[in-house]
Amino acid sequence: MASQPIKFFQTGTFTIGNRLLPEAARSIQSDPLRANSLNCGHRACQGCGEALGARYAIDAAIRAAQGKLIVANATGCLEVFSTPYPESSWQIPWMHSLFGNAAAVATGIAAAMKVKGRTDVRVVAQGGDGGTADIGLACLSGMFERADDVLFICYDNEAYMNTGVQRSSATPPAARTATTPATGGQRGARFGQGKNLPLIAMAHHISYVATASVGDLRDLEAKVEKAIGMGGARYIHVHVPCPLGWGSAPHDTIKVARAAMESGLFPIMEAEHGEVIGRRLIRKKLPVEEYLKLQKRFAHLFSPVRDAAAIAAIQAIADGNIRKFGLMEEHQQ
Amino acid sequence: MRKQIEGSRAVAETVALCRPQVICAYPITPQTHIVEALGEMAGSRNLQPCEFINVESEFAALSVAIGASAAGARAYTATASQGLLYMAEAVYNASGLGLPIVMTIGNRAIGAPINIWNDHSDSMALRDAGWIQLYAETNQEAADQHIQAFRLAEELSCPVMVCMDGFILTHAYEPVDIPVQQQVDDWLPAFDPRQVLDPAEPISIGAMVGPEAFLEVRYLAHHKQVRALERIPQLSEDFRKSFGRDSGGLLRSYRVENAETIVVALGSVNGTIQEVVDEMRVHGHSIGSLSITCFRPFPREALRAALAGARRVVVIEKSLAVGSGGILSADVQMALAGRGTRLYTVIAGLGGRAVTRTSLQRCFEQAIADRLELLTFLDLDTRLIIRHLERERLRRRSGPVAENLLHDIDLIAAQIG
Repeated sequence: MASQPIKFFQTGTFTIGNRLLPEAARSIQSDPLRANSLNCGHRACQGCGEALGARYAIDAAIRAAQGKLIVANATGCLEVFSTPYPESSWQIPWMHSLFGNAAAVATGIAAAMKVKGRTDVRVVAQGGDGGTADIGLACLSGMFERADDVLFICYDNEAYMNTGVQRSSATPPAARTATTPATGGQRGARFGQGKNLPLIAMAHHISYVATASVGDLRDLEAKVEKAIGMGGARYIHVHVPCPLGWGSAPHDTIKVARAAMESGLFPIMEAEHGEVIGRRLIRKKLPVEEYLKLQKRFAHLFSPVRDAAAIAAIQAIADGNIRKFGLMEEHQQ
Repeated sequence: MRKQIEGSRAVAETVALCRPQVICAYPITPQTHIVEALGEMAGSRNLQPCEFINVESEFAALSVAIGASAAGARAYTATASQGLLYMAEAVYNASGLGLPIVMTIGNRAIGAPINIWNDHSDSMALRDAGWIQLYAETNQEAADQHIQAFRLAEELSCPVMVCMDGFILTHAYEPVDIPVQQQVDDWLPAFDPRQVLDPAEPISIGAMVGPEAFLEVRYLAHHKQVRALERIPQLSEDFRKSFGRDSGGLLRSYRVENAETIVVALGSVNGTIQEVVDEMRVHGHSIGSLSITCFRPFPREALRAALAGARRVVVIEKSLAVGSGGILSADVQMALAGRGTRLYTVIAGLGGRAVTRTSLQRCFEQAIADRLELLTFLDLDTRLIIRHLERERLRRRSGPVAENLLHDIDLIAAQIG
């Protein structure tokens, strides 16, 4: 029998999203018993997407692991703002070794737990896009291919923010950074460069790969909980706006993150053993301009003259993502 | 049990007796036989419980060991040469965090030019990284030093490198007494970490430290090594009582009584030096030698005492501080401070160049006659040097040095033939 799917689109708010979920799956933000991995007192900037993402991810991991969690952290913003000696904001056993070795350190921790018979303890490694996609890629790939029992979470703010906003291989085309300026004929990061870590992770055929965003914390929590419950190597790539590096307003972090999802520029999906098994559908497709305009790192695309070609090229990237991952139902497109 | 065995195998069997819980393996010549043997033992359940992990680089090998050690497991790895340099950042990190990892170095030259043979350039490059560095003279000593290394490392919470000469020791078959499990269990207590990642007692390890405490953290690392200077001879003595042989310690002297000339060196070359000492003693020369078995911490006081009667000291070095001279010599010089002792530095055996008795004896005789250059390159082929310098003088585009020299060697050999 023909059926008409019910749609409930509400503009500018996601409140309705929680109500559409079954009771058990709804997030409870004010539960007094909720885990609190990352305490107040850390030194992240106002509106930091990474601090938010890390707190929700690790809180969810703690819940899923019933408190038995150890975290290895790569060098980067997250490490620096959470542990100026002697103040650590972490309420979990937490270790930082180097910039490029978080995945390997986590492998070592997991090996120690296995040899001690502590299979109840879950191990998470985390870092920024530099510590994941660039300097940490070799260790990460090694951890993946050995199927080590580690969940690696990348907080992707699309550049080296800790050192002052330099380009990484996760920096999107046209973005202005300290090393891809938008001056003197240069137009920010070049088109045709950069790498897609979730796809690289999937190519290792590891048990679980997912993308998530601080624009949908409930989805992030659910994915972390799911990943903690699985064995082998797992990877979650979280999109975290950086007001400092992106030149966005601190109060717009969620808005920016949602615009990335709703435009298709940051596709939200999950995959098991190299195959996509789910995606988060775009509710109301936004033109990429709505995302770009919120950020000063793309200001040169709009002023002094509009760079229509660059904006069209970015729109083509978003449309490509929508096609590739099936982010819209056909009749929406 | 005493048996005829390859050095690498002897070390692997001894390490296995130390019950390592996590072993990280990445192959590099001449270390391979050690990790192969351990892999075999881990696979055949002779070595259980143990996680044997084939990693993707030396950087990962030591990083995995760092994670394992911080989580309270006894961790071991082995490397050499380029591998040690590739993990250099993690080498400093392990000691900075105070993690008692034990690592074998199968000493090998550093490229370019790429060279798989023995010298001490690798471990010397990391000598100030905060690790204790032990140098084995024989395979028996290499095996024994590993047992001592685990106990020392864990007592002090400080990582230890056991350096053994690549090929000369790692690939040499000689009799080695491998202890039985009970002996090692009685001597080496279970790992009781000073710091451990444990969900029951959450702590942060590796936090950001500013100028307010960094100096003090570094000072304590130094202090730890100063304490090791006391502890290493005690452990060596304790080891002798349990295992019935002398191994390790800070330094070992050979016929230094009333010696006017004392030769100082690290590692296996001491065997050759001792033979030359014997030969020269027969001919009435007043000469002895001294093997430094612990290079970091540097046993300055013990060395100063051991060299008290010497008029001259000859340091045989298997490494070169390019643009400066000797590395070991600089430390020996400090131990001789304020004395009139003459110090000769002899760079020998680089890239596996054989250090022969004939060359050593000639060198020592020159030293005794005080005709030796203060910085000498043993058996340097000056024909090759002159030829190449001339080539550089004649042509701007003189080409790659190593390849030119290999070509010249062929030419010179043809002329001789």
